[in-house]
Amino acid sequence: MDMKRRDFLKIAGLTAIAGIGAPTAFSRLLKGEVDGGAAYASGGEGAAADSNRVRLGMVIDVKKFNQYKGLAQKCIDACHQIHNVPDYGNKKDEIKWLWQERYENAFPEHSHYRRNEELEKMYFLVSCNHCDNPPCVRACPTQATFKMKNGIVAMDYHRCIGCRFCMAACPYGARSFNWRDPRGRSADGRPFIAHVNPDFPTRMRGVVEKCNFCVERLAEGLPPKCVEVASPVKAMIFGDLNDPNSEISRILRSRFTIQRKPALGTHPSLFYLI
Amino acid sequence: MLEKALKGSKTYWTWIAVLLGFITVGVICYIQQFNYGLGYTGMSRDVSWGVYIAQFTFLVGVAAGGVMVVLPYYLHDYKTFGRITVLGEFLAIGAVTMCLMFILADLGQPMRALNVLLHPTPNSMLFYDMIVLNGYLFLNIICGWVVLHSEYKGAPPPKWYKIFAYLSIPWAFSIHTVTAFLYAGLPGRDFWLTAVMAPRFLASAFAAGPSLLLLIAIILKRNTKFDIGEVAQNKLCTIITYAAVTNLFLVGCEFFTAYYSNIPGHMLTLDYLFWGIKEGTEVKNNLVPFMRFSMILNIIAIILMFLPQVRKDDSKLVPVLIAMFVSLWIDKGVGLVLGGFVPTPLEHITEYTPTLGEILITLGVWATGFLIITLLFKITVDVKVMREN
Amino acid sequence: MYDAGKIIPGLVVFVALVTFPIWRGVADDLPKPEKPTKARQCVTDTATMRKDHMVLLNKWRDEALRTGDRTPFVVEGKKYKKSLMLGCLNCHEDKKKFCDECHVYASVRPYCWDCHYEPKEKF
Repeated sequence: MDMKRRDFLKIAGLTAIAGIGAPTAFSRLLKGEVDGGAAYASGGEGAAADSNRVRLGMVIDVKKFNQYKGLAQKCIDACHQIHNVPDYGNKKDEIKWLWQERYENAFPEHSHYRRNEELEKMYFLVSCNHCDNPPCVRACPTQATFKMKNGIVAMDYHRCIGCRFCMAACPYGARSFNWRDPRGRSADGRPFIAHVNPDFPTRMRGVVEKCNFCVERLAEGLPPKCVEVASPVKAMIFGDLNDPNSEISRILRSRFTIQRKPALGTHPSLFYLI
Repeated sequence: MLEKALKGSKTYWTWIAVLLGFITVGVICYIQQFNYGLGYTGMSRDVSWGVYIAQFTFLVGVAAGGVMVVLPYYLHDYKTFGRITVLGEFLAIGAVTMCLMFILADLGQPMRALNVLLHPTPNSMLFYDMIVLNGYLFLNIICGWVVLHSEYKGAPPPKWYKIFAYLSIPWAFSIHTVTAFLYAGLPGRDFWLTAVMAPRFLASAFAAGPSLLLLIAIILKRNTKFDIGEVAQNKLCTIITYAAVTNLFLVGCEFFTAYYSNIPGHMLTLDYLFWGIKEGTEVKNNLVPFMRFSMILNIIAIILMFLPQVRKDDSKLVPVLIAMFVSLWIDKGVGLVLGGFVPTPLEHITEYTPTLGEILITLGVWATGFLIITLLFKITVDVKVMREN
Repeated sequence: MYDAGKIIPGLVVFVALVTFPIWRGVADDLPKPEKPTKARQCVTDTATMRKDHMVLLNKWRDEALRTGDRTPFVVEGKKYKKSLMLGCLNCHEDKKKFCDECHVYASVRPYCWDCHYEPKEKF
């Protein structure tokens, strides 16, 4: 408590001497990034130039998901269950970490005449792209969303003030807001979180949330839940994009993959194997 | 000096009572929102900012607009505005206060608002917005109060205040520029991603702010002994007209880029705002009547502002000023912010309708701002009338 | 002084009322949080924990969550998970008899439980 108050006074004092933050701010802006971490990746394809750092990423094999109907939904349900993602039963309050979209919505810039019919029918799993150059991190005024050393774009729910600037900044629509108390119940008494996972917290109302790449499972040496669910058919491959010998790197080198909205320079860490 | 706000006519007190009524309703609704969460409003995952942020954006403009009477006086020694700089500054105080209240109303965790200071983040535009808005509030309180208090005492104002007055001029430009940068730097929101956002914000601000100021000045002329004078009024009309023309020109530039380039991302939002978009079999066009009305009203108001017979006759000028203000309010306080969310980054169309409670909170904040403006203007007018007679 | 007969007793009553919480508190029993049975030594000495446990928890939280540093906290060769739920509450098993005991007394409402489940919470 004391520490916080002292920190606060120090910072408040500094800020009061108008523009103290500005010179550092500009130099930081000129350098392009806050953490310095995101500057590594320069290739438009999203392959990082500096391989000293772990950069976690994922390949989603769309054909396999198309082949095994229902697998995608299983991944989604498992993800939402272990993370206590509430289901409000309406679109307005909706919260989702992982979900499915049609090709034209997942890749709106790929519109062309007479698309492959199979493609038109397919659904694509989408979630946070854990961008190497994340616009949401740039926008957040409290560093409640930030980039971890291993490339994960994480959320600190304790710090989020709920301004939703990150939601406006995310070009992938990956973020959800807690419009109401996720621990509450609907009018007919149904709890919004049907099956609670007591080992993982819920969120509180008024904060933004999104996919965390299962950072809590990675800490235990486990893969992300969706990857685990899809593992019998290897429909999702997870690993370090900066390690040239990782399975994911080999796949990216040898197969044709696409990313969502690569032109925006966000360098997504999710790749789609078509 | 404050005692001047405590003595007034019956009309004055009735007006205050009306404002207090709106404030009370707003506070009650805000308590409900505070207890339920922002789901109390019409906002959703897809349209994650609503009327609050839209009002905030518009009112930053009104606050910045005050500089249009301050700048000519301090930088060009335009003496005619000397009598009304205080009004411009007090208008800015009311407007900035409303801005800050709208931001607070929009926060999911308002109790944590000071996290912005506790964890200063110079790469976030909101960090700068906080600095410039609070700074502008502070500057206007100093300048307005010092000048008026000196006048009340019958002494010339102390010299030191001028530093703040000069500083407040670029500062006014900065508040609206930074506010535009909140929007204009976001990838994937094509409607906002435009370099003319900041110039357009400033242009519309310099039309909307002085329009409101002139409207209030005319009300004061009719109800009190304070008259800003014909010369000042004409000058304000000129400023409003050319600022509005500049804004319209910039809007035209947006239309050109979108429709001549024919890039779907750039056209979609304008399509939605002015014609409506089809999704499946359903046409989504919630905002079309507002935007068309705003555009037509704005063009008519600009044309009328050029006519001398309108400018010379208060009874004709008042409706034109109202039209100007309302059209700019719809353009920025409705269309610009809400439109940016359509289509979503996944090219879905989600529409937004504010809830009743949300509207009542909005009215409550406006009423608070007007209460502040009323009290400050009441004091100003009484002091000026006392000195000038 | 006029009306001293009314004012002085009035003042006495006023002071008594205003200071009521203080002398009521002194007379009252201080809270007695339940001591754990599993372990005898906490991660730091009791005095520090009593005063600064929230500072430590905030530090752990920032380390685990923000820098990804989840290395266990080692005291006297024993490892503790850097976590309120998975660390502290392993020994202090009952939140109601431990945390709430003082928090209720001091009228402090930490927001931990808005999101985190206590280990024994029933569903």
